[in-house]
Amino acid sequence: MHPKNLISITDFTKDDYLRIMELAAEFENEPNQNLLNGKIVATLFYEPSTRTRISFETAITRLGGRIVGFTDSSSSSVSKGETLHDTIRMVSNYVDMIVMRHPLEGSARYASQIADVPVINAGDGANQHPTQTLLDMYSIMKTQGRLDNINIFLVGDLKYGRTVHSLLQALSVFENPIFNFIAPPELAMPIEYKRYLDEKGIRYFEHNEFTNIISEADIIYMTRVQKERFTDPMEYEKVKNVYILRNNMLENTKPTMKILHPLPRVNEIHTDVDANPKAYYFTQALNGMYTREAIISHIIGLK
Amino acid sequence: MDKALQVSAIKDGTVIDHIPAERLFDVINILELDSCRDMITFGTNLDSKRLGLKAIIKVANRFFQGQEINKIALIAPNAKLNTIKNYHVVEKRVVEIPSEITNIVKCFNPKCITNHESITTRFKVESKKPIELRCMYCEKITSEKQVVIR
Repeated sequence: MHPKNLISITDFTKDDYLRIMELAAEFENEPNQNLLNGKIVATLFYEPSTRTRISFETAITRLGGRIVGFTDSSSSSVSKGETLHDTIRMVSNYVDMIVMRHPLEGSARYASQIADVPVINAGDGANQHPTQTLLDMYSIMKTQGRLDNINIFLVGDLKYGRTVHSLLQALSVFENPIFNFIAPPELAMPIEYKRYLDEKGIRYFEHNEFTNIISEADIIYMTRVQKERFTDPMEYEKVKNVYILRNNMLENTKPTMKILHPLPRVNEIHTDVDANPKAYYFTQALNGMYTREAIISHIIGLK
Repeated sequence: MDKALQVSAIKDGTVIDHIPAERLFDVINILELDSCRDMITFGTNLDSKRLGLKAIIKVANRFFQGQEINKIALIAPNAKLNTIKNYHVVEKRVVEIPSEITNIVKCFNPKCITNHESITTRFKVESKKPIELRCMYCEKITSEKQVVIR
């Protein structure tokens, strides 16, 4: 059974995750497949997003589909005051699928209730960005050969970072994950996610800084520590340089370890890491295209 | 003085007792009693050992269904329902928090879509004590202290 939408990462089952991994590998092998021939997909981007939009649009084009839509709300009827409800009602009459990014949380779930065509959430505010999580999982699968028994370090803004929350939930359905959290106390992993892990009996460890313990990592997942998240600018100044990953810190890490980052990065991964074969973030972004081809095909039921 | 006599008795209907005094009008709104055609009497700021000040509502000829009355559980968790027939209490009930809350509570998250468009709010009750409601749209938790009636 094919899920109709992808709004939240928890809408997919473990079988869906594994099927996406399989399909993404197929698309990596042969990216151009004419499965969406004659189909039209709307990409509604109410706020700009370079990587996500381009990777979705490339994925749709490689599948032979055509695209209508807008790249920011100033060029849509939103600027005339149209509600999301009316825009979605109208657009869903025209197209076969909707990909939407919107700054308000819950907007994608709402759109999926209005539209009679499938909706893929390409980010709803600070809430969910499930296609990012699936491409993160595909990157882990590809580099580690498995999604079970992964020791993952999540670093940076663990309080507001939607990608780390979704990844935590997704990896929790696999065997024996170990989570290590590295964050300043102000941006620590919220209690509700720790409670979620406790209930499932999954191990996690919290750290305030990088230590030698990263030698145990299979994956180091970096995120941006954003200045605007701090109420006290002094607090930001104190922590802003604590979470920078540099090449000389990677010496004792596993040879198979990979560094992931949802991008864009600012300074949290020093550019001297880029040449290290353990740096995987640019390939990770490429994996996004294959993963999105897989997600679209899975939802429309083409594969 | 017998409190029951502070609001005159009804022959048939329902008495909702032990409502926190400050929530009386929220209860009236949620139960849509403002559009009810039957006789309604209420008293408020009555002394209560448990609540300090309480309110009581008596609705003649109305008998509430379970789900209908559970809607008030969020704001009047200690409310008691007495079903009256021929001036006698024939049934006593307490309210229970339902597992899903529809269109009563406002999501606390200012960035939630339900606070920007005209949408019926829906929450899954994650915990009843203390109350924790997960918005089915933005997925954030509205806690007991944050509960605001729409």
